[in-house]
Amino acid sequence: MSIIKATLRRELLIAFRSPGDIINPLMFFVIAVSLFPLGVGADQAFLSEIAPGVVWVTALLAVMLSMDSLFRADYEDGSLEQLLLSPQPLYFIILAKVSSHWLVSGLPLVILAPVFASMLALPEGGMFPLVAGLLIGTPILTLLGAVGMALTVGLSRSGLLLSVLILPLYIPVLVFGTGIVNSALNSIDISGLLALLGAMLVLALCLAPLAIIAALRISVSL
Amino acid sequence: MWQWFFKLSSPKWFYTISGQLMPWLATLTTLLLGVGLVWGLAFTPPDYQMGENYRIAYIHVPSAAIAMGCYYMMACMAAAFLIWRIKMADMIAKACAPVGMTFTALALFTGSVWGIPTWGTWWIWDARLTSTLIMLFLFIGVMALRSAYDSEAAGAKATAVLTLVGVVNVPIITYSVKWWNTLHQGASSLSLSNTAANPPQIWVPAFFVGFGLLGFYLIAIILRTRNEILMRERRTEWVDEILSASKSKGQGLS
Repeated sequence: MSIIKATLRRELLIAFRSPGDIINPLMFFVIAVSLFPLGVGADQAFLSEIAPGVVWVTALLAVMLSMDSLFRADYEDGSLEQLLLSPQPLYFIILAKVSSHWLVSGLPLVILAPVFASMLALPEGGMFPLVAGLLIGTPILTLLGAVGMALTVGLSRSGLLLSVLILPLYIPVLVFGTGIVNSALNSIDISGLLALLGAMLVLALCLAPLAIIAALRISVSL
Repeated sequence: MWQWFFKLSSPKWFYTISGQLMPWLATLTTLLLGVGLVWGLAFTPPDYQMGENYRIAYIHVPSAAIAMGCYYMMACMAAAFLIWRIKMADMIAKACAPVGMTFTALALFTGSVWGIPTWGTWWIWDARLTSTLIMLFLFIGVMALRSAYDSEAAGAKATAVLTLVGVVNVPIITYSVKWWNTLHQGASSLSLSNTAANPPQIWVPAFFVGFGLLGFYLIAIILRTRNEILMRERRTEWVDEILSASKSKGQGLS
């Protein structure tokens, strides 16, 4: 337990000491969402129709772009190697690391999402489903992104490669996330879909850290 | 059984056996493809609804099935490589990616060509089309990751991890896309696997072409794997012997 606390503390401290890493993905989200009305026109009816998809796709891209700060610095200064050598249970260290990353990159997106959804004229009935979906969905995105990041952290040209590896795996989350909002707007019960998304989160929580550990071991031995 | 398993993991044994097997496999494939294609494309009656263009399905259906099977084969090889450190498994997995990608692209291309006269459009966001497209992305990702690594050994392991993460996702992706599709536009009633509606003179040549393409797929995998074996084992004695023997004969490798 104490190792989880210590890792969380360390990661959050590092994150808050370089606020740029926290703010840039959020700014990306804000700017990218604002591009859509400029690109497709400001027709309120049309915007409200595409709002769930736009918010979800930009949130997904923002999470992916924020991944770079997860292992990069630790890899470069060697602390990742020490982490892998430590006698503490690696599964929980990784879980704490990914959770703290979600707290500073995923959670702010969830909080900001309703503001931008209402700017895109999303009807009020879609607000709660959007936030609930993002709250369950963004941790899955962070976990899957961490797998991709762990695989590519040792490579010098990893930016675009990460998106090629990870975006296809994000598709189910996107489908269910936007599906939840659209179902709610068509007054269909969303509890089943939220449960499915929750099941995906549980699966990712169980399996993704194992894949991350395996991938980090490969990257460190390069 | 275990002895056979370990033998198969020896590159030398694989190279020798696949070399002996190749003429048989090639003959069988040529026969199956030749008979099936001529029969299917020239001698089967036209469909009463789709006319002549249903014949595209003779190529389309087997290539889609092989593409999907190829991903699972690649995943099995990746697991074997990660668990037992069998280098042979990685060489086969490496051969699977480009071959599988080509079959996926072939399935998508033939599907589009078939879609124009049948559906009146190159592309619809149907569940099957979409999940096949995503599978193409997965193959591309696997190949991109391997080529990004300079170290052969690290690239092999990383690719294996990614392949296994992908294979956990394949069923989830398939079902999510199916569900998404039914929400948006209703399930497509056009199904090529509806064999009840098709008489034997249509599906028997389909079997020939299907197994012919499967043979072609195996030949492609085996040839690529043999190439990979020669590349990686080029410093061993037995490869040296083969190379010098083929040089003195002035012929290709046998």
